[in-house]
Amino acid sequence: MAKEKKYNSAKEEEKKQEMILFLSDSEEKESFLSRANRKLLSDPLDDNNPITVQVLGICSALAITVQLEPAVVMAIAVMAVMAFSNVIISLLRNMIPSRIRIIVQLVVVASMVILVDQVLKAYAYDVSKQLAVFIGLIITNCIVMGRLEAFALGNGVWKSFLDGIGNAAGYGLILIIVAFIRELLGSGKLFGFEVLGHKGATLADSTGLYALGYENNGLMLLSPMALIVVGVIIWVQRARNRKLIEEN
Amino acid sequence: MDLVNLFVRSIFIENMVFAYFLGMCSYLAVSKTVKTAVGLGAAVIFVLAITVPINYLLDTYLLRPGALSWLGAEYADIDLSFLSFIMFIAVIASMVQLVEMIVEKFAPALYGALGIFLPLIAVNCAILGGSLFMQQKNFIGISEAVTYGLGSGIGWFLAILGIAAIREKIAYSNVPAPLKGLGITFIITGLMALGFMSFMGIKL
Repeated sequence: MAKEKKYNSAKEEEKKQEMILFLSDSEEKESFLSRANRKLLSDPLDDNNPITVQVLGICSALAITVQLEPAVVMAIAVMAVMAFSNVIISLLRNMIPSRIRIIVQLVVVASMVILVDQVLKAYAYDVSKQLAVFIGLIITNCIVMGRLEAFALGNGVWKSFLDGIGNAAGYGLILIIVAFIRELLGSGKLFGFEVLGHKGATLADSTGLYALGYENNGLMLLSPMALIVVGVIIWVQRARNRKLIEEN
Repeated sequence: MDLVNLFVRSIFIENMVFAYFLGMCSYLAVSKTVKTAVGLGAAVIFVLAITVPINYLLDTYLLRPGALSWLGAEYADIDLSFLSFIMFIAVIASMVQLVEMIVEKFAPALYGALGIFLPLIAVNCAILGGSLFMQQKNFIGISEAVTYGLGSGIGWFLAILGIAAIREKIAYSNVPAPLKGLGITFIITGLMALGFMSFMGIKL
């Protein structure tokens, strides 16, 4: 009898455990910014950075980093697209047949990108001209699709939203670092302001660093340097964080 | 002569990878061995050579401002160009599906080797980029669109073939540990891009 009771209580305990597991799976029992959710935001900034670790979304990251301003605009645009398409796909995740999910995802992302493109054309026309085709290329930006596939299809709405924001922030971070280095060394400016002094026609006309004979490094403005700068960023990151080092 | 000029330009001078960084994701992910690189490169050439002309026709007869004037004078001022992203991507996604089925049927070994990367051609920036650049360049006539699609596909193929060959060799060399894999690949690509820049300014 006692044995049976013990068995029963063990079974009940198991049930309780299951219940707890079930509850912690559902979202409303978890606070909005619990530790797990904060990890979703902070992880992509370093340990799981979309560009330097997951190798996603490099295409646009390199082409628009000659100056800071388009890089910042691009980062914000990607953040908007990722957050909202993650939310939409996460809402639809139980309705999408898996065979045609790529087309569904593309349509959702493309509609979000059209919205962003129209908004940019209306409110930031100069930058939108500068970004040209690269706004359209957000559609095929691998991070957007990659996160939809890997995260939004299997997780709740709020988590997917945070995941979108976090990954877009990690992407934007690298974008802004690269653009900062390239604009500073390539044209001596930040956001178009001449932070290193003004370069006149002769040494006597110049101010700041240029008066000492400093020259801009024109190579930084060319596309190959973007690749090399990202390569160096990866090098620095992996030297700091040795668990990211690859075998080969 | 113009077509030859455009062809050579799109392969070497305006190379998808080295000048615009398009298609970098699969370029980095599939370039570990030459064999898979060749397969993916061939698929990209094929898809680009088909989608750019189709999207050119769509753009000329449906999307650009005034494109609908063949329907009648009252349609002449309709501008559907805001739809171009979604139309282009729909064409690309369906073409990729087609290529996937053909490869699965006739080259199952290649299909197995390419695996996940075949559907990913749909989200290869180089493919959509080809169509968007085509829209920007205002080509006259479909022959220019075909040439451009084929040329940029071959350019991408050359790029991935080159990096795959280098990566196969570099596996035997002593790279600093944090630079292994991704880091060194980036830097080599940068150096290759510098090399390709020497084609700039060549007039045909």
